[in-house]
Amino acid sequence: MSVVPAEALPDNALAAEETAERPAAELGPRARLWPSLVAVYRAQLSRARVARIPLLFVATFQSIGIMVLMRGVVDGGGEARAVVAGSAVLVVAFVALNLLAQYFGQLRANGGLDHYATLPVPPAAVVLGAAGAYASFTVPGTVVTAVFGCVLFGLPLAHLWVLAAVIPLAGAALAGLGAALGLLAPRPELATLLGQLGMSAALLLGVLPADRMPEAVRFARDLLPSTYGVEALARTFGARPDWAVVLGDLAVCGCVGVVSLAVATWAYRRAAVR
Amino acid sequence: MCAVRGLTKTYPAVRARRGAPGTPEVRATDDVRLDIRRGEIFGLLGPNGAGKSTLVRQITGLMRPDRGSVEILGHDITRHPERAARILAYLGQESSALDELTVSLAAETTGRLRGLDARRARAERDAVLDELGLAPLAGRPLRKLSGGQRRLACLAAALVGERPLLVLDEPTTGMDPVARRAVWSAVDRRRAEHGTTVLLVTHNVIEAETVLDRVAVLDRGRVIACDSPSGLKERVAGEVRVDLVWREAAPLHVPEVAALRERAVESGRRWTLRLAPEEARAVVATVTGGAAFAALDDFTLATPSLEDVYLALGGDTQGLVKA
Repeated sequence: MSVVPAEALPDNALAAEETAERPAAELGPRARLWPSLVAVYRAQLSRARVARIPLLFVATFQSIGIMVLMRGVVDGGGEARAVVAGSAVLVVAFVALNLLAQYFGQLRANGGLDHYATLPVPPAAVVLGAAGAYASFTVPGTVVTAVFGCVLFGLPLAHLWVLAAVIPLAGAALAGLGAALGLLAPRPELATLLGQLGMSAALLLGVLPADRMPEAVRFARDLLPSTYGVEALARTFGARPDWAVVLGDLAVCGCVGVVSLAVATWAYRRAAVR
Repeated sequence: MCAVRGLTKTYPAVRARRGAPGTPEVRATDDVRLDIRRGEIFGLLGPNGAGKSTLVRQITGLMRPDRGSVEILGHDITRHPERAARILAYLGQESSALDELTVSLAAETTGRLRGLDARRARAERDAVLDELGLAPLAGRPLRKLSGGQRRLACLAAALVGERPLLVLDEPTTGMDPVARRAVWSAVDRRRAEHGTTVLLVTHNVIEAETVLDRVAVLDRGRVIACDSPSGLKERVAGEVRVDLVWREAAPLHVPEVAALRERAVESGRRWTLRLAPEEARAVVATVTGGAAFAALDDFTLATPSLEDVYLALGGDTQGLVKA
């Protein structure tokens, strides 16, 4: 079927066995970080739009359901604030941690990473692009949950703008954790399990008011990155939020985000070449 | 263009666990040596499990070999696996990274990740989709397409952004003849215009005979022969293949037919025989006359194919495809 005779090829390519002394050929261009990050982000967002919308509904209804349940237990005040903030951040945990861990776990197991590994793209672009897309995808659900919670528990809506910082920072921390778990888990089922466990932890430790917890659980709560997002959001429901503490909580989220995304990038590198 | 020397990869033994039997150590590629020349379509032929994909994964920098070296266009891929991505385009067997994207976005994103700027990526995407006849499907997600169309869309992604070496792992699996023709004409055009080299993995002997310039035959991780398809076929030039298909059962009461039985490879009603030309003539004379003819449904007489070569070299043809 091939119609090009070998002799007609440029440089008379087949004429002789090539010698090793020939200088190394020029390499193709490397994809730069930002353009490839944007390309991955765009592709992942479109993927999420196609395949993940039902799951976003699940995430939102789960959080709203929890708040409705807690309405009978909690009687306003600090506990109500914690419940609303915890439920809002739970949406982020569901999508960014749980779903991203599953996605990377499966991609790694079925050889899908080969596609990225044979493109000259920086590992950070793949990880950050996917994490960013998953975090962005949580925005509508988180906002809906927070507004619904505020109305349900009669909390002020005035400072909800702080979600604009909470979602990307908690999103970075949780998505980085999710990506790292997915890429490091030796089997895809294990990645799914770890993602689910991470989300359950965010649910139990984030939504339930901390004051009623035993000491050990409170310590675990302090270790979970989503806690700081929850705390930051909960504080802004107060009459006069202490912005310095809010900023401190968000800074912790940001730092955990940087570290976990760096770990995820390292894990990607490790998973791509076996 | 691409030199492979002493490439060896052994998968460690897996210990048996509850419910899962262990597997012994497997040498997936065993001291493989290959020289691929610029501008040729070089094939790796062998049944499933022969080590083709493992070899390709080592050439593309996806897997580190235990021993040996791979050099492409003067670059040491074993030492710098990340350089492979800047020299070659790879079409693997898995499409899961692209499955939920539309055909158009899959091609464009891949182009962007291959280092093209946004305008070039879009222009090349449009050109490649037109070339492969995918333009009408551009807005559909890959996983909604049939297997052959999905494969074609993945090939489109691999072709966006020119590369001097294309590594295609069974590119035409599941494709109809129209799509196959589109694939080979796209490959040929790149060869004619840029001198592109193609490394093709296949277990389809007919495809191997028609498109390859040279082929390396793999069996259990070793290269058992490497030559042009016609050169390989000369090795068994003294033989002719006779296929006999019986209506119901072979007429074993005919002594000549009964005598043939032990030399035939039987598969259902079909007998395949490899014979010297005079013998073949005698067999045809026997089965086309007398009692045997009444039981005969069909027969073919053919010059040897790569499959016969493979068999003659001692390979196990279970798993080679003739289509």
